[in-house]
Amino acid sequence: MAQALIEALNLEVHYGGIAAVKGISFAVEEGEMVCLIGANGAGKTSTLKALARMIPARGEIHYGKERIDGTPGYDLIRKGLALVPEGRGIFARLTVAENLSMGAYHRNDTADIAVDLDKIYVMLPRLKERAAQVAGTLSGGEQQMLAIGRALMGRPKLLLLDEPSMGLAPLMVEKVFEVVRDVAAQGMTVLLVEQNAKLALELCSRGYVMESGSITVADTAANLLADERVRAAYLGE
Amino acid sequence: MDILLQQIINGLTTGSVYAVVALGYTMVYGVIQLINFAHGEVVMIGAMVAFTIITALAGTAMPPTFIVLAGVLAAIPVCMGIGYSLERIAYRPLRHAPRLAPLITAIGMSIILQHIALLIWGRNPLAFPQIIDNPSFNIGGAAISGVQIAIIMLSLLMMGGLSWFVYRTRFGIAIRATAENVHVAGLMGINADRVIAATFVIGAGLGAVAGVMFGTYYGIAHYTMGFTLGLKAFSAAVLGGIGNLPGAMVGGILLGLVEALGSGYIGDLTNLCHWPGATSWMGERCANGADFVVFGSNYQDVFAFLMLILVLVFRPSGLLGERVSERA
Repeated sequence: MAQALIEALNLEVHYGGIAAVKGISFAVEEGEMVCLIGANGAGKTSTLKALARMIPARGEIHYGKERIDGTPGYDLIRKGLALVPEGRGIFARLTVAENLSMGAYHRNDTADIAVDLDKIYVMLPRLKERAAQVAGTLSGGEQQMLAIGRALMGRPKLLLLDEPSMGLAPLMVEKVFEVVRDVAAQGMTVLLVEQNAKLALELCSRGYVMESGSITVADTAANLLADERVRAAYLGE
Repeated sequence: MDILLQQIINGLTTGSVYAVVALGYTMVYGVIQLINFAHGEVVMIGAMVAFTIITALAGTAMPPTFIVLAGVLAAIPVCMGIGYSLERIAYRPLRHAPRLAPLITAIGMSIILQHIALLIWGRNPLAFPQIIDNPSFNIGGAAISGVQIAIIMLSLLMMGGLSWFVYRTRFGIAIRATAENVHVAGLMGINADRVIAATFVIGAGLGAVAGVMFGTYYGIAHYTMGFTLGLKAFSAAVLGGIGNLPGAMVGGILLGLVEALGSGYIGDLTNLCHWPGATSWMGERCANGADFVVFGSNYQDVFAFLMLILVLVFRPSGLLGERVSERA
């Protein structure tokens, strides 16, 4: 078994007295693309936010050989952990180019940043066309592309993607997933949270199914796609 | 003498001081939605520190310009230190408290700073030593003094510098990103605490210079001067749209102009003896060219707050208030 890039042990998230994540354990290996599927309110977003240290959580989080459950959230991107948040979280009043520059905020290698920016513009040409435009004026799909591009500007080793299909037209969802597939094909480790289980499982190699704060099934994507319970609950069959 | 032009010059002078002070309010508000009511006191302490340095050096053989510069350069770090401490002691522990709590500590810090100044500099108004020659120039029938020119130029320079910093530098963009979404800014590796502290420190540094300018202009410093000045600058920030940097600049200058023009003309306008047909209903009180003025220029301070009320009623988001249709 390869080295796990990120591993959560007994991760718990509470909001007031309510447990949103009830002591789950999972791991993502280097180079793997893993998805976390489940219904609305199952605790998927809370899990990602806990990994990125955006919200307080209990349990252990191991990143490579390090324990990061005590690390301040703003230090994680320096270690290579990037989260594309739910709802995209672009800076609507900043320009597209400024948004992208913030993705590389922690970096000081000016020359390499310029190279990476060119790569992003090649991969996502719409962003180049709109570089000087205020990001709030982009369409939902373009904003999602910007959010992904911004995360890539940080040269992450691990990309946490929270519901990239949310609120997008089917055609746009396909385009966004194409980008995600390309990024993963280049060797990026990805943990994908999705409500659109079919789309997610077709892309990932393994998957975890979350139900009201717990992981109920963990298997390869192919097995999950064939699993009758999963099909009934999440694939609408 | 051209009264209109003269009042415009005077208004631009005080207005640019208001604008610089207003930037301190609006920067902090933009990032943490807190009205730092102690900011006016920081400006006052800037004036006081400069006063002490200038008075101490006034008798020496140093060139006057150098002495004033020394005063400014001493005031800036002191005010920056106070700005940083304010954030650290009074506001940071309440970052997640209900919004009323830091507002109350802000007022508390304002009172504490005033009384510290009272202890150090006493209760009497201090006369700012007028050590620099203040030549007066005539433009189009109005007089503009060297100090006025210096204040306007220096203010424009600071506003330009701040705009460059906030819109063109990486840390400036990070400040705007934090203002918009502190959680996502954290994901970018931006340390929100550092950004917030920076807005306090920068605002206080600008405030220090504003305090010295204000003291030099009116020739006086007093431990309560920060209160009215702060309230007016705050009004200017609201007038332009609080949280918006260009708004604070425009609001400050506009407020200065309204105040100067208002106090310049209110005496004439409310002189009942100049009203049409006054002799018939004012009778003898206007005889022999006598005046009957209802409101004099001592009502100067009213205009700032009158404008604040009008803006709050008719355009609560301010003149350049942000209306972002789409928030991610």
